[in-house]
Amino acid sequence: MKYLDEYRNEELAKKIVGEIRRTVTQPWVLMEVCGGQTHTIVKYGIDHLLPPEVELVHGPGCPVCVTSLEMIDKAHAIARRPDVIFCSFGDMLRVPGSESDLLVLKSRGADIRVVYSPIDCLKIARANPGKKVVFFAIGFETTAPANAMAVWQAAQQGIRNFSVLVSHVLVPPAMAAILQSPLNRVQGFLGPGHVCTVMGYHEYEPLAERFHVPIVITGFEPLDILEGTLMTVRQLENGTHEVQNQYPRVVQREGNRVAQDLVNKVFEVCDRKWRGIGSIPKSGYRLRDEMREHDAEQLFDVMEINTCEPEICISGLVLRGVKKPHDCPAFGRQCTPEHPLGATMVSAEGACAAYYAYGRHLQTASSAAVA
Amino acid sequence: MNATNPTSGTLNGDTGALLGACPLPITNYKEIVLAHGSGGKLSQQLIQGIVLPRFRNGLLEPLHDGAVFMLNGARFAFSTDSYVVSPIFFPGGDIGKLAVHGTVNDLAMCGARPLYLSAGFILEEGMPMRDFARVVESMGEAAASAGVAFITGDTKVVDRGKADGIFINTSGIGIVPEGVAIAPARARPGDKILLSGQIAVHGIAIMSVREGLEFETEIASDSAPLNGLVEAMLAACGDIHVLRDPTRGGISSALTEIAQSAGVGMVLDEARIPIGEEVKGACEILGLDPLYVANEGKLLAIVPSNDAERLLAAMRAHPLGREAAIIGEVTSDHAAFVLMKTRVGGTRVVEMLSGEQLPRIC
Repeated sequence: MKYLDEYRNEELAKKIVGEIRRTVTQPWVLMEVCGGQTHTIVKYGIDHLLPPEVELVHGPGCPVCVTSLEMIDKAHAIARRPDVIFCSFGDMLRVPGSESDLLVLKSRGADIRVVYSPIDCLKIARANPGKKVVFFAIGFETTAPANAMAVWQAAQQGIRNFSVLVSHVLVPPAMAAILQSPLNRVQGFLGPGHVCTVMGYHEYEPLAERFHVPIVITGFEPLDILEGTLMTVRQLENGTHEVQNQYPRVVQREGNRVAQDLVNKVFEVCDRKWRGIGSIPKSGYRLRDEMREHDAEQLFDVMEINTCEPEICISGLVLRGVKKPHDCPAFGRQCTPEHPLGATMVSAEGACAAYYAYGRHLQTASSAAVA
Repeated sequence: MNATNPTSGTLNGDTGALLGACPLPITNYKEIVLAHGSGGKLSQQLIQGIVLPRFRNGLLEPLHDGAVFMLNGARFAFSTDSYVVSPIFFPGGDIGKLAVHGTVNDLAMCGARPLYLSAGFILEEGMPMRDFARVVESMGEAAASAGVAFITGDTKVVDRGKADGIFINTSGIGIVPEGVAIAPARARPGDKILLSGQIAVHGIAIMSVREGLEFETEIASDSAPLNGLVEAMLAACGDIHVLRDPTRGGISSALTEIAQSAGVGMVLDEARIPIGEEVKGACEILGLDPLYVANEGKLLAIVPSNDAERLLAAMRAHPLGREAAIIGEVTSDHAAFVLMKTRVGGTRVVEMLSGEQLPRIC
């Protein structure tokens, strides 16, 4: 397929891997920020193509994984109501809250629908004037413009039975939190290509400067990941720490101004709880006060739901790149995609699920070989 | 974590402390969820955990697409399947056509020549009469073209809201020619794995209507009766080890199931798996992996290496196998696991579908 097959070419992949091997002289720890990148790495077996000096650790960029337990409990409280049609992106349905998941609520009669676009919820709201249609607006900066557009259109068109439960998160504050942690091992980043499509990459320049880490904004195809890795390794070997753009076919330094303006009209920056990481200042979006008519958190009186997460949780360590999925004693045993114990096992983008789906055998094979 | 969670603290051993602290313990579904019907691991758990122990017998145990049994010196195959697809009319087919092809194909996957079918209708009050007539008409045509006849049936009507227009069950019986011994457990190391054509077409055709996706070109379901193709294949190669139509759960679930029941491994070559450009594009947009998407009118065959090329030629000579390909082979290594060599030269594990394949957020 045009624009895809070119980035999955085996000969070119071999060339870049060879170049990485020639470039690297010592061990480096790189983090790919996005869940989509993690997915590509394990789906194509890229981690097994790289030389042993280059270690990839998986970042916090799976929006389903980092949505706090408290927010999921709020979503469930709203979805249970008989007057509500609850709409969500697909992979959120399997994320367990404190008591159940959305699939179970659906089997008990809740009206829960998977949508591909939040704009679809407006159609549902118009078709069901007697119901309250709520969209679970999760995600990074990537999904924010479409979610903002849904709220904006609802406000413009007076669709009063549409609201959003907002749990948006922002990438740069999370990267800063990872780098500030005393446990940090990350020396370079494959930056979030699609987040930067919206936001541009100028906001990563202060991070690179402050923490002396190279950040290479990287795409999502196998050759993108390999090239991003090569560019990061080159910087590390040369001792530089710049923001570079591997993904110029999509990303520009200033991003998409129109999308940013819309996001700013609808959302404002707020503190946000991250699953497994805790609260990070100024790391999320909430609705602006003038949009409160569409704010599900206020409309449905779920503000008092306050679920605490434990201080110690391996999924949090996995999300910060401190631990790998197979470091967890439950991985692949008590914790599988059918019976997830942690959010990173639920979404296909979650590091644990990605490891389980694509790498379990290799893991078993290598440990068997050692034994 | 709220301390009242009933499932926390139920795990023991050295991991207990850690898991007790883990935020999300759900250990088991207490109700049926949709994913129990998706043809993947949860379906398997449901059958193995609840149904099989209560029905256990030697004919059921292989859990093949149909059961094969002897009667008065002849071997028969018997199979049943229910159809609940929504919408009932879709590009390339309808629920009626699917109900005929599905059961005909289940019989064909036993190596049987399908003979007779039954039809059970569960109709929802208020279903338009013309829609019902259209479905039945389509079933009649599909049966005629597959060379089978409906010889018994049943009709029930339920209150409005208790069904989704129409549900259909079909059962079928066929006769297995002498010398044919097709069973998942017969896959042997060294065997080749053949696929009759492009994957994921049916699943994407249904999804594009269901989700209201508008593609530039319409993707039509490839639903078709496979008994003719199977007859041609058996004529070319009498010793086919395994046949399977990879419907729900896609080729990954079907192959993993075979690998598990035969205690063998498999290696696939991603570049050799036929997939259409439109379907590939749709999967990219929808965030789905085509290996897990449902097929109709396609089959997987596992045959001795020596017969593979001859069988491939026979398949390609048939209209339903024109794009057939050898996509991999059976190994003695990594028993019960299906590996795939990816396009960029890496290796990954291809698993059975877990739950429903849910579209990813980004």
